[in-house]
Amino acid sequence: MSINARTLNEDELFYGHKACAGCGGSLAVRIALKVLGERSIAVLPAGCMSAVGFNFPQLCFGNNAIISTFAGTASMLTGIEAGLRAQGITDFQAVGFAGDGGTADIGLQALSGAIDRNDNILYICYDNEAYMNTGIQKSSLTPFGARTTTTPAGKNIHGNIRPKKNMFEIVAAHDIPYAATASIGYMNDFINKVEKASRIFGTKYIHVIAPCPTGWGINTDETVEVAKEVVDCGLWYLAEYENGQFTLNHQPKEFTSVSDYLKRQGRFKHLSDEDIQTIITSRDAKWEAIHKNFKVVN
Amino acid sequence: MKPYLREKIPEKLSEIPDTTAFEAGYLVTKNAGWRNFRPVIDSEKCIGCLQCYLYCPDGVIYKSGNKVSIDYDFCKGCGICKRACKRGAIRMEAEK
Amino acid sequence: MAQKFLSGNEAFAEGIRLARPQVISAYPITPQTIVVERLSEMVEEGSLKAEFIHVESEHSALSCAMGASSVGARAFTATSSQGLLYMAECLTYASGGRFPIVMMNANRSTALPWNIYGDQRDSISLLDSGWIQAYAVDAQEALDLALMSYHIAENSLVSTPYMANLDGFVLTHTYEVVDVPTQEQADAFLPKFKTENKLDLDNPRNLGFSAGPAHNIAFKYKEHIGLLNAKQVIHQVEQKFAEIFGRKYTGLTENYQTEDADYILITLGSIAGIVKETVDKLRENGEKVGLLRIRYLRPFPNEEIALAVKNARAIAVLEKDISFGNEGTVYTNVNSSLQKSGNTLPCSNYIGGLGGKNISAVEIENIFDELKKEEVKIEFIGIGGGEE
Repeated sequence: MSINARTLNEDELFYGHKACAGCGGSLAVRIALKVLGERSIAVLPAGCMSAVGFNFPQLCFGNNAIISTFAGTASMLTGIEAGLRAQGITDFQAVGFAGDGGTADIGLQALSGAIDRNDNILYICYDNEAYMNTGIQKSSLTPFGARTTTTPAGKNIHGNIRPKKNMFEIVAAHDIPYAATASIGYMNDFINKVEKASRIFGTKYIHVIAPCPTGWGINTDETVEVAKEVVDCGLWYLAEYENGQFTLNHQPKEFTSVSDYLKRQGRFKHLSDEDIQTIITSRDAKWEAIHKNFKVVN
Repeated sequence: MKPYLREKIPEKLSEIPDTTAFEAGYLVTKNAGWRNFRPVIDSEKCIGCLQCYLYCPDGVIYKSGNKVSIDYDFCKGCGICKRACKRGAIRMEAEK
Repeated sequence: MAQKFLSGNEAFAEGIRLARPQVISAYPITPQTIVVERLSEMVEEGSLKAEFIHVESEHSALSCAMGASSVGARAFTATSSQGLLYMAECLTYASGGRFPIVMMNANRSTALPWNIYGDQRDSISLLDSGWIQAYAVDAQEALDLALMSYHIAENSLVSTPYMANLDGFVLTHTYEVVDVPTQEQADAFLPKFKTENKLDLDNPRNLGFSAGPAHNIAFKYKEHIGLLNAKQVIHQVEQKFAEIFGRKYTGLTENYQTEDADYILITLGSIAGIVKETVDKLRENGEKVGLLRIRYLRPFPNEEIALAVKNARAIAVLEKDISFGNEGTVYTNVNSSLQKSGNTLPCSNYIGGLGGKNISAVEIENIFDELKKEEVKIEFIGIGGGEE
């Protein structure tokens, strides 16, 4: 039976934190921990969620939690899992929560190592598409065209010139037991993927889009709507990888306007019609590939 | 269970742990001061669908009977709950 | 107790096996590699029951060990040179987190120029990272340090990671006859790892947190006290070690013929073996010379050095390290001991052996000769590619 708002564990394990109002990342962490429960051990590298949740003596995790080095989320998870197993303890879930920079840039090597060893850990990337904790700098998951403080939008360059790295497929290429994409705009889908991952042995990876009002230039009450819209307009997709098979979980009947999605965000305000067309073209190419390579379930 | 406010704020050398390890969920400050607007629930309109509870980034909305209540000590007033409410049962009131 | 013909690396691996680590994270680097190879074989044959993790880098090696230690498991890793520098971030993390991990470092030069041979610039450049740093003189001491290291590091008054240094090749790859204790003896010596500094499923904790300006210095102070406490604990552990294994160690330093010595050479690591032979030779000629071997560079043996050189006429520090733009780091530390004890005797610095350059018995004799001039010198020995 799938979990929903009514059946979700009422414990709040991430509480009293100092994340910005409307923070998508904190919502992803909160919900995942409610699903995983108090016997989860959370590892968070340097980044927003560790910065807002672990300031002695204000310690906002109700479960066991530790900050890792920026690059070391996956390897610390490995050590925790092995250390407890060596003591005969196996009824727990080691879970990592790393941002896009902590995952796709500096933490990619350690993550790849953990998947290679098939360590029994769950790694959740909360993707807010830039280094937000340091003040909105470009990461390899910043999308094409986005203005960040290191990809300024001016006359010569219109923000980030490179597309977003496809972490989901990079992880899948390791033949990981389970990988999934999600969005906090489709919470039930995210909840059930976390729950499913917790029942699978080996390395699990979930990549959840988690908008950042501060970095994206949206109002604090728009986080969830924007996270839904990115899926509805086709710039993000909800999928799984399991047993060597990609599955699309959600096929929008008709894409909503990419332009509307972009223009409501401060980080994309500068984009020209041509830039937007580039984004639409790349979206369409991706969906063509999805329909070719993914099993589509709707 | 959830992290909760404590009275004791470790200050002296003897109160500070010897290692970077401390009781989980130890809160010493509130977040109420961050708020410009506060969500107010109209319990007449609320049908207890729990969407506000589900989408609150701070987890401050909790089940109360078959409706919901808000922990104003930690609500930052982001307004996500208001948008999530399909019944229009949450309004944002300016903090004085 | 069995006698085996072992290299320094192999002896250390035997010591680690006897210490029963629960998690070993391994990444190869010359000249450390044999340690992790032997440990993997021990795990395979079943003489060591441990989770053996093939990490993908040194950064992950220590990060994984920290994860294991953070749940109360005994953890081991090993590295050298560039690998030590690559994991440098994790060194301060482990010490700040007070995780009593043991790591063997095969002392090796650091690039550039590339060089795989021994000097001590790798570990000494990380002297301030908050780890206990021990330097072995031979394979027997390497094994014994491996066994004693956990007892020292895991003491709740210490709770500090421990780096055991073996000179690359000269010690790591040189074979000697080594007494290997039985597992029963080792178990009688080394208690199981127990700590409150851990994630605990029955009593949840938040670890490795941030501490702002108001609290940060208190944590750093306690970290410092932990390292200072190691001085006393090292003595206690060595006493217990002597009772069980019959081999005596002498704390932070080993003094050889220093009591009546006019001239004392201070050094560390395997080169002390040759210095000892030189002292014997010069003593036969009636020269009052001695050796002070630093066994622990952290905590630093301030009092031990001050006491040992109290009546000397001149001393020198011979080290395989240079703090570029200044002098050898060990020399700086020794001078600080002298200054604090009010001793103004001439103290010279000889820097040699960088990148594996051999330091000969003749060169050591020359240092003792120079000491008689009772001047202060800071000199490199053995500069140049070939014979000069």
